[in-house]
Amino acid sequence: MTTQTTAIHGEKVSLLRVLGPGHVWALGVGIVLVGEYMGWNFAVGKGGAIAALIACWFAGLLYTCVAMIDSEVTSTVAAAGGQYAQAKHIVGPLMAFNVGLFLVMAYTMLEAGNAITAGYLVQTVGGMAGFEGIWDKPFIVLTILFLAWLNYRGVYATLTFNLVITAIACLAIVVLFLAVRPWSHDVLDHQAMIDGKTLPYGWLGVLASMHFGLWYYLGIEGTTQAAEEVRSPARALPLGTMTGMITLLIAATMTWYICVGLMPWEYLGQAITPLFDAARLTNSTPLMALLFIGTIFSTLASANGCINDASRAWFSMGRDRYLPAWFGAVHPKYRTPFRSIVFLVPVALIFALQVPLDQVITFSILSGLLGYTFMSFNMIMFRNKWPLGSIKRGYVHPMHPLPAIVLLLLCAVTYFAVFLGYGTQLAAMMAFYIVASAWFAFHRYKFVRRGDQFTMNWPRPNGY
Amino acid sequence: MPNVAGMNAFQLLELASWVISALLGLWLLVDLFRTNAAYSEDVLMSSREGEIEDELVIDPSHRR
Repeated sequence: MTTQTTAIHGEKVSLLRVLGPGHVWALGVGIVLVGEYMGWNFAVGKGGAIAALIACWFAGLLYTCVAMIDSEVTSTVAAAGGQYAQAKHIVGPLMAFNVGLFLVMAYTMLEAGNAITAGYLVQTVGGMAGFEGIWDKPFIVLTILFLAWLNYRGVYATLTFNLVITAIACLAIVVLFLAVRPWSHDVLDHQAMIDGKTLPYGWLGVLASMHFGLWYYLGIEGTTQAAEEVRSPARALPLGTMTGMITLLIAATMTWYICVGLMPWEYLGQAITPLFDAARLTNSTPLMALLFIGTIFSTLASANGCINDASRAWFSMGRDRYLPAWFGAVHPKYRTPFRSIVFLVPVALIFALQVPLDQVITFSILSGLLGYTFMSFNMIMFRNKWPLGSIKRGYVHPMHPLPAIVLLLLCAVTYFAVFLGYGTQLAAMMAFYIVASAWFAFHRYKFVRRGDQFTMNWPRPNGY
Repeated sequence: MPNVAGMNAFQLLELASWVISALLGLWLLVDLFRTNAAYSEDVLMSSREGEIEDELVIDPSHRR
């Protein structure tokens, strides 16, 4: 290796701009699609099949607002760190620090949850094959280390891998949908499966199901983390995010339709792998194999995208000295935030090996939810400080401020839904962020280079 | 030392997972330390937010 001890004038290492809209789609949908394969169905357990459908569409509305708002802001703030960089420029340092932490926690815990699931799936296959006493831990560790290694060696290969496995996982849902002949009642029988219990727990059940309704789309906002690595941020980010959201709305509705027509809601509400179970009920071995592959691929794609996003957020905070500056380094050969990727490996391993799956997922949902709440305020402030026409936007979302208001209202409903089932975790998470904020405000902020952190060439905001 | 001959297929898979994980982890750490040693902090931390990169970049594999 060439040894280099000093920076030669004009030489720099930065993240590599090699991604296109397809990679952005793969990043967003890849992180989320595992939610269609498992997790969304706990909404059925909370409020019944129809409640899960209502939650699916209301959560869809919430995330459509997120995608529109994110697309507009990110098409102007094209920087790694996504919502963290947005908060830094639009709201202020303390908000930015918190948003950065929300992102890292949400993605690292989701990564841990995916690794636990991958281990469980391999364990299940072993059990089905007649092996006893299979340990899931080696497969959990392998999942995290292999994907970290892939991320370390370059973003292009990482997200091209995500594109392929996410496309296969999407296609598997479409094939299953066509195979159960949704135009007839030959295979599906929704009325029998719902069994007259349209809303078994009433409207409170509908409200409670919003908690897991988020699972249909959780993580689509991660597309913005690629802002510094796409060739054309103003075009690729809105295009990749919006097409990703459309894909997920269709996939979520198809998933609900297939599963609710094949399984009694009482079973569906606690199934671990509902789409795989649906394939088993068709008695078709090729479909079972395809949906098993889809389940594994969606899990890997999600963990892979989470490593990408968590490391970019951590890297950005390091680069701005919100965290030790050591994390703000880029690998000269692979052009990735290599120190951040390696640092987050043991963090993910600890969560994956020590914390139960439902707790990990709930902490991830809560961190995501805090981020969405920020986005509604952020959008209002962005339009007030820099009205249309004052800066160039790659995308302008319609009907402002309605999406921001709807987003805020839906977040409030979901907080209540989470409180109903996981009030202690909600309080613990809030306490964690309050302590972290105090640490940043009273200790860390003195290390931040205050002038250097505002990098966008924008005019002075209205009112300043 | 585990008795490999007495293992079933899944126990071998478990062992293979541990070994591959250890190798990947080791590779990550070795490359991290080698890169830290080979380049100055000025170079490694020269990335700036929002820069559209048209500047000369270093890439050891293309320099030889």
